[in-house]
Amino acid sequence: MLENILSLNNITKSFDGELVLEDLSLDIKRNEFVTLLGPSGCGKTTTLRIIAGFVMPDQGSVLLEGEDITTLPTEKRCINTVFQKYALFPHMTVAENIAFGLKIKKKDDDYIRQKIKYALELVNLTGFEKRKPRSLSGGQQQRIAIARAIVNEPQILLLDEPLGALDLKLRQDMQKELIRLKKELGITFIYVTHDQEEALTMSDKIVVMNQGYIQQIGTPEDIYNEPQNAFVADFIGSANLLAGTMIHDELVSINDVRFDCVDKGFGNNKPVDVVIRPEDVEIREKGQGIFPAVVTSVLFKGVHYEIFAKGIGIDWMIHTTAYHEVGAEIDLYVKPFNIQIMNKPESEDEAVIQTE
Amino acid sequence: MKRKYIAAPYIIWMSAFIVLPLIFVAYYAFTDKAGGFTLKNITAILDPLHIKATILSLELSLACTILCLLISFPLALVLRRLNMNNKGIIILIMILPMWMNSILRILALQMILSKNGILNMILSWFGIAPLSIINTPGAIVFGMVYDFLPYMILPIYNAVMDIDNDLIDAAKDLGASNPSVIWRIILPLSKLGIISGITMVFIPCLTSFVIPDILGGGKIQLLGNVIEQEFITSMNWHLGSGLSFALMIFVVIGLVFSEKQEKKDRESLVW
Repeated sequence: MLENILSLNNITKSFDGELVLEDLSLDIKRNEFVTLLGPSGCGKTTTLRIIAGFVMPDQGSVLLEGEDITTLPTEKRCINTVFQKYALFPHMTVAENIAFGLKIKKKDDDYIRQKIKYALELVNLTGFEKRKPRSLSGGQQQRIAIARAIVNEPQILLLDEPLGALDLKLRQDMQKELIRLKKELGITFIYVTHDQEEALTMSDKIVVMNQGYIQQIGTPEDIYNEPQNAFVADFIGSANLLAGTMIHDELVSINDVRFDCVDKGFGNNKPVDVVIRPEDVEIREKGQGIFPAVVTSVLFKGVHYEIFAKGIGIDWMIHTTAYHEVGAEIDLYVKPFNIQIMNKPESEDEAVIQTE
Repeated sequence: MKRKYIAAPYIIWMSAFIVLPLIFVAYYAFTDKAGGFTLKNITAILDPLHIKATILSLELSLACTILCLLISFPLALVLRRLNMNNKGIIILIMILPMWMNSILRILALQMILSKNGILNMILSWFGIAPLSIINTPGAIVFGMVYDFLPYMILPIYNAVMDIDNDLIDAAKDLGASNPSVIWRIILPLSKLGIISGITMVFIPCLTSFVIPDILGGGKIQLLGNVIEQEFITSMNWHLGSGLSFALMIFVVIGLVFSEKQEKKDRESLVW
C-alpha cells in the first residue's frame, strides 16, 4: 500500500484567463484529516473540485492510490463530497437521499436498508428516514449530507466548508462530531475552510493557501508557532507582524531596539519579517522589560484582555489575563523563543516549500 | 377594512367577464329552446358524430402536447449545459412567434404546407414527390405545435434552470451518469414546470378551432369546430353551450389532477 492515498502533481488551472492554481503539488497521506485553509479566492475550493472531478485541471495530474484519475469523470471516482449548502435532493426523503448512491450502484434492498440504518446511527439521526430535507434544520441537513456521502464507503471524503452555514454553537458541536466520525470511519478527510480556528481544531495537517499557491503545509502547531511567512502568520490567529533587521544569528533589531531570538541562518544585516503572537508579549514592571510602552486601549474578550500599547513606534497587540489601565506606563518583554523570524517574500504570492 | 376595496376592480372584472359568462353558458347548456331544463345538450357529446370529434380532438391535442414536450425538455437541458451568457436570447427567439398574430402565422403555415407551397417546392428540388400535408390531421398537429410551443418552453426552461447546480454535482458525485441525473434529478425537480407546460398546451389545443379550420381545410372536425358551427352556422346556442360545458368538464378533470400534484409538492407554479 502506498503511503500517499492522493497526489496532486503540478496542477494548473485558470478560469476565463484568470489563473486560479499554478503548479500546485500536494501529497495526502492515508487516513489523514487534511484541511485546505485560505481566504476566499485562494484556490482551495477549486483544488477540492479538481479532486472530486467537477473541474478538469489545465495541466498536471491527479493520482488516487497511484492511479491516474485526472480525466476520470466524477461518477467513476471513489471519492464523495459533502457540499457547503448540503445539496440534499429536495424531492426525496432522508432515506432516499442516503440510498441514492447505493441504488445507482445497484446494491440489493437489504444492504441498502442496513446502510441507511447504520449511517443514521452514525450521525445521530435515527428515525428520520421518512422526513423530507426541507423539514430539517441546517445542522440536521448537514448530517444527512454526510450520511449520504459515507454510505458509499469512499476512499476519501471531501468536505467543502460544510459548517459554513451553521451558527457558532452548532459549528463547534459539529467539529467534534466530524473528528469522531473521522476516527470511526478511518478514511481520509479533505476539508476546505476559511476559518482558521476550525482548521486548527480538527486537522492533522493544514495546507495554507493564498492566491493559487500553497503557502505552508504542516501540523496545526507548526503552522501556528512557526509560520513561514507573513501571510501565514497573519492569517492564522492574530499576530504582531513587524519589519526587522537580522543583525546576526540570534539577534534581531526592530526599530533600532535589539531583541534576542533563537533563529539562525538568515545572514547578517538582512531585512526580515518578525512575528510575535499577542499572548507572547509580556507586560512587566517598569525597568524589567526590553522597552517602555504606554497602554492605549483595553478590550475585555472573555478569557483575556486585548491590550494595545504603544512602544518604540509600534502598536503592540497584547493578550493577557491581567488588567492594565489606559495610560499606564509599562515595560514590554518577549522571550527569545517566542520571536519568529521569517524571510521577506520575494513577491506577494511566493510559494513556500514544504517542510517536514 | 380598506384593503377590501383594493380587490374591488378585480371582483367586478371577474364577475362581468368570467363568472357571468359561465353562468350564461351553464344556463344555455341545461335548457332547451323552450327554456325547459334538459341534459340533452350535455349528453349530445356522446352522439357518434360528436364522439368522433371529441376523440380526434383528444388525440391531436395529446400528440401536440407530447411533441411540444419532446422539443422543450431537451432544449432546456441543452441550454442548461451550454456555457453561454445569452441563453435568454435563445429563449426570446423561441417565444418570439408569440408576438405575432396567431392567425397570420397559421395562414403562413397554410401557404408553406399547401400542395404547391414552399415545402413541396423544396422537396421537388431533391426529387421527392409532393406530399399532401395540408388538410390532414398531421398539418393540424404541426400548426398546433408551432403555435403553442412557447407555452411549453417557458415554464420548463424556468424550472430546469432553477435547479441548483450543486444538486447535479451531488448526484454525479454519488455515481449517477448523465442519463441517470436527468431521470432521477432534473426530471422530478422540473415536474411542476412540465405540468404547467402540459396544462397550457393541452387545454388550448383541445378547444382550438382556428388552426383545424385553416390547416384542416374545413374537412377535419374537431370539437372546437363543432361548437363554433353550432353557434355561428346553426345558431343553436343550447347545443353549443352543452358541448362547451362537456369540454370544460374534461379540462377541469385535467386541472384537478395537476393541482393535486402541486399540492403534494407544496411549491408554487413556475409559470
